[in-house]
Amino acid sequence: MNVRVLLFASYADALGTDSLQVDVPAPSRVRDLLAAIQERASHAVPPAPLVAVNSEYADLDQVLGADDEVAIIPPVAGG
Amino acid sequence: MRTALIHEPIDAAALLQEVSSHGSGATTLFLGTVREVNDGRDVSGIDYTSYEAMAVRELAKIATEAVEKFGTPHVVVEHRLGALGLGDVSVAIAISHARRGPALDASRYVIEQLKQRVPIWKREHYTDGTREWVDPTRHGVAAPSGGAA
Repeated sequence: MNVRVLLFASYADALGTDSLQVDVPAPSRVRDLLAAIQERASHAVPPAPLVAVNSEYADLDQVLGADDEVAIIPPVAGG
Repeated sequence: MRTALIHEPIDAAALLQEVSSHGSGATTLFLGTVREVNDGRDVSGIDYTSYEAMAVRELAKIATEAVEKFGTPHVVVEHRLGALGLGDVSVAIAISHARRGPALDASRYVIEQLKQRVPIWKREHYTDGTREWVDPTRHGVAAPSGGAA
């Protein structure tokens, strides 16, 4: 399945885009998606970044669906 | 209770008006402002960006937690996005409560949670023309984040 991945701030700059389509087997967990991203862009995103699925923080074992919107969250710096 | 991400200057006086209540004996206003030096570098301004769909939700969750935890409905939080200059207000938290203790504690709670959870990022511009994304985890988790607040 094809999962849409959103990138922000330093991660978006490092990859030169603010979104990716990543092909992973169904079903896959967040950790599988991160591994696939590591293969494509290990220089740009750390191995275990914060991740949100459909705008909620998610852990590495959360199972992904094809319609999920996954965001890779760089260290937040609001305030 | 109200929270918002906005792209215009924050009107702190309006926030104070919004939380005013005859039942409140204490009102707190926290303002985060853009500081001229961070990590020894001269800052000329900061760009704030966010994952807005999530940041809106996370900010509302934090304010709801503060309402429940400290027992006042009078909690208003605004965070500004976009290009800010030195001294500009990036975040404002207005809270009123019957008593000063919980009013102060609630304000502290909101800003600390906001800094840990809300997906907002800042890119500092320096007077030497360079710019860089601020990473509060760079010096270890306990290190203070730079720039505003």
